[in-house]
Formats: sequence, structure tokens, C-alpha cells
Amino acid sequence: MNFDDYRGTWVFMEVKDGAIASVSLELLGAGRQLADKRSSELAGVLIGDGVTSLAQEVIEYGADVVYVYDAPIYKHYRTETYMKALLACVEKFKPEILLYGATSTGKDLASAVATDLPTGLTADTTQLDVEEDTGLLLASRPAFGGNIMATILCKKYRPQMATVRPKVVRALPRDKERTGVIFEESIPIHEDDIRTKVLEIVRNTIQTVRISEADIIVSGGKGMGSAAGFQLIHKLAEVLGGAVGASRDVVEAGWVGHHHQVGQTGVTVTPKIYFAIGISGAIQHIVGMQNSGLIIAINKDPNALIFQSCHYGIVGDAFEIIPLLIEQFRGALGKPALAT
Amino acid sequence: MLHIVACIKQVPDTKIIKMNPKTNTMDRASAPAILNPYDAHAVEEAVRLKQRYGGIVSVLTMGPPPAVKAIRKCIEIGADEGYMISDRAFAGADTLATSYALTKALQKIGKEQPIDLIICGKMTIDGDTGQVGPGIARRLDIPPLTSVKKIVEIDKEKGIAILHRKLEDGYEVVSSTLPCLFSVEKEINEVPYSSMPNMLRAARYNPHIWSVNELEDVDRTQLGLKGSPTIVSSVWAPQKPQGGHMLEGTTGEQVNQLLGILLAKKELFEA
Repeated sequence: MNFDDYRGTWVFMEVKDGAIASVSLELLGAGRQLADKRSSELAGVLIGDGVTSLAQEVIEYGADVVYVYDAPIYKHYRTETYMKALLACVEKFKPEILLYGATSTGKDLASAVATDLPTGLTADTTQLDVEEDTGLLLASRPAFGGNIMATILCKKYRPQMATVRPKVVRALPRDKERTGVIFEESIPIHEDDIRTKVLEIVRNTIQTVRISEADIIVSGGKGMGSAAGFQLIHKLAEVLGGAVGASRDVVEAGWVGHHHQVGQTGVTVTPKIYFAIGISGAIQHIVGMQNSGLIIAINKDPNALIFQSCHYGIVGDAFEIIPLLIEQFRGALGKPALAT
Repeated sequence: MLHIVACIKQVPDTKIIKMNPKTNTMDRASAPAILNPYDAHAVEEAVRLKQRYGGIVSVLTMGPPPAVKAIRKCIEIGADEGYMISDRAFAGADTLATSYALTKALQKIGKEQPIDLIICGKMTIDGDTGQVGPGIARRLDIPPLTSVKKIVEIDKEKGIAILHRKLEDGYEVVSSTLPCLFSVEKEINEVPYSSMPNMLRAARYNPHIWSVNELEDVDRTQLGLKGSPTIVSSVWAPQKPQGGHMLEGTTGEQVNQLLGILLAKKELFEA
């Protein structure tokens, strides 16, 4: 393997319902820095049905080059079809670095591609850097439940691959004047040879709040005492117009669904305001919320770790504080008091 | 009759692992070794399919000799047979080298009794990657199906599986040819308390243990540390947070201060 043949940083562009996933745009921002440091190109790889029209957007968010695989067979994500396209692209154009969002699709695809190439793959990266002279990717991630950070290298194989958590890097502002090159690519691929079929897509009828997108998150922990006590978290979130988050303990106890879980094994969030109420502040929770704009912690235990990771802390009883806060907040915004 | 193999791992319980504050290293002895919680759901699902369609449930792990305990836990859940590959040659494997070694073991298991379905947990709680399952599927050239939250049907005669894959805002119904590999979500089932006969059987159970020499067609350069493209170059403790400003006073005064802090960002609340 001649490393000099492998140039540039690539991002797999995830597309959902005709739009580029926000994590992919974030990765163009991160990838731009890596590519600039190496004085090389940043490319996006777009795979899907009717995705050619999105290529210009990939450029406007920082890419120099876009490789497009646009065909009806890519209508739904399937490991086998997407993998074949991406493998062909990697073999033809040889990137030095290939990044994917650490979403279920990104992880699924990256795992398959890494095995076939083969090459190294680092999961759930939260920090990326590259050695300017060697091109060695420094992919860092929390390990062992967030207790430590580890930097992972892939010295002997190219491309170097990593999945990157959503919301750990920022997308560049969109630049409508930016220009780049679009390659429309295709590979021989036939539906009859594909062993999986998507028969039907069923959307949840109840709109679940995606906490990864929320500006305000009210999270509760074991300190709320019970599923009934946890209702107070829902109430405060409702009054503030925020989403409900939870610690791992709470989700495991079944007080609230898994998609509310913030932390290493849940969702990484970066709201403008984050409330941590009755949450002790285990490192695995902290890694999921530490980049929030304003962190407010309420806990009975003055020694709770959460107070080391907040902007403002209150030592006290959530069951006294929250009802008072709800009442005063509504008053201040001129809203009628809640019927109790 | 189905032959289902669940791939499992023994892991340190990362929820209670302690850090040595002086050296910033993990005190591994502080964390008990447990069956990876996601894998318990994989084994349970295999056992349920066996109850539905008839068959055999095997479990496979790679690990040091004490990992036998994790296999016994799977026998408690209802697995029939346990296989373990254990050898210094496997040590230090990343996900790529792990999927290679497990694939060699699966090929050996499959020679005696062809495998219809492989089930893995979503990920392990110590590695947190979820990469080994799809890796095994690619090496065996069978379809990998991740995020599986429900198995609708396994039809061995037609060679078809129908399942639900979890999506962010719902699920998709997918069909796949058999054999295939599922990585299953926690929500796919609840693992009940073990029955007394299973517990008794587990206590006495000794798994098949294979060293690298007992596997066939092994390229040793693909094993363990040597076969791992990724290496951990450094570990460090995450930056210690500075600590927040504590609001003082009575509860009423604290709430007042908090209100002031929130109202400074009033624009967020005016939809």
C-alpha cells in the first residue's frame, strides 16, 4: 500500500427524507480543518435516489469535490448497496481520511466498509486532529463509560476511518458563492443480487422530541425518586418549552424512554440551557452534555459531582424548588398559573 | 430446526468502575466482570426463536479463561451450547481482528451444524463500538442487519427472515435471505429471571474451549494486536471541570436568582 496514493479527507453524506443530515454538515466543518492542515481536498460522498440536486449544498458547506451515486436502487439505506458504492469510490479515488456520522446508518456502513477494505475504524469520536506532515489521523473518544479519553491511531492502513458523534463539531456557515467539482459516478449493481429488501417504512405517529435538536433541555436523574416524581421534570420542561432528558439510571428504571437518555450511551446534546436535576453527574452523563451553553444543576447532595460541571448550582430539594420556579417563571412571562 | 448462534462478551461493569485519581488509570479490579448487558438480549431472542421454531442455541465468545462465567450466564438464559476461543494469540484484538477470530470459530461451529442465524448485541459497554457484528457478517458474506428491534418471522424453508429495524422516528420492515446476522436493540425483549433447571445446568456446564490451533485456515497475521489496524496511542482523563457558581440563600432567594438567570435569555422562551 503506497500511502502517497491516498489524498484528501472525505465525509459520507447521510441523507434523510431528501435532506442532508446535520451531522454530515458538521463533519464537513471538521473535515475542512483536516484537509486544510494537509493542504488537500475535502470531498463529500452522496449516495441515494435523487440526491444529485444536493451536491451543490455539500460544496456550499465546505467541500471541494462531491462524488454522487444517484440511482433508484439507493432509495432506502441498505448496507449492501451503499457499501458497494462507497467501496468502489474509495478504491477509485483513494482518500486519506473518511469520516461518517456516528448515527445508526453511519456506524452500520462504516463497520462493513472497514471490514471489506480492510482498514481501521474508530467509533464515536469526539475530537479529531491530523498530523500535518504524516497525515496520521488522531481520533479521540471517550472510553470505558466516559471514565477516560483515548486517542486511536491507524498507522498501517489507508484510508483512516472514524465515526464522529453528532454535535461535537460545528458546521461552517453556508457559503452560496462557493464552487467545486461534482463527479457523477455509477457502478454495476442489480436489485436481483441484493439480499435484503425494505418492505415498508413505519413512522411514529406520536412526534417524539429529538433532544439532540432542542434549545432547552430539562434532565432528571435518580434523585427524582420515582416515575411519579419524574413527572415534575416533564412539567418544568413543558413550562420552559424544552425537551425532557434523563440519566442512564432513570432510563434503565423505565421512568422514561431510551431516546431521552443523555450521555455516553445515549444522546450527546448541546442546548442553550441544560438543567440537571437530581443527577449525580457520573462522567458518562457529563460527556453527553458538557458543551451545553448554560448548565444549571439542582441536587440535594452538596458534594454531587454535577456541581463541578455546571455554571450555576443549587443545593436543595427539587420538589420544593421546581414548583416555585414554575410558578414564578409563568408569572414573569405573564402567563396564567398552572392548574394543579 | 434452526441453529442460532449468539456472539457474546464478558465485560467490566463500566457503570461502577473506579478511577485511581492519582494515576488517572482505571482500577479494573473495582469493576466486576459481567455478561455484556446488550448480549443478554441477543441470547434471550435466540432462545425465544428456538421456542417458536425449534432448534439449537449456541453461544460464542472470545476471551480469557474466566469468561466461562459469561457463557454460564447464557446457559442460564437458555442457551444449549457454549463455545469459547481463548488464546494469547487473540489478545489485544481491535474490532477487525475480533471479527476475524470469531468468524473462524463460527466456521468451525457451522461445519458440524450449519448456522441459520447469528445474533449479536447492539454493542459492548466496554468498547461501545457495535462494529464486530457487521464485521462478522461481511467476512461470512451474509447480510448484516443492525438496529433490529423485532423479529417478525424466520422461514427456514423459504430461506427468509422478516424483521423490524429501528429508525430515528419509527422503524422499517426488512426482509433478508438466510443465513444473516442481526445486531439487536435492548428493546427487542426483556430478559426474565432464569429458571431453576437452567441455573442448575449452568452451574455444571463446561463450554467447548478452543485455542488458535484448533481453528482451521487461520492467517495468524490477522489475529490479536498484530492483526489490529487501530492502536490506542494515549489515554488521558477528561479535563476536570472548573465547578459552578453556587446560588446561596433560602429556597425562595435561590429561585429568584435562578429566574433572573433564565430571564436574561428571555428570547429563548418567546416562541
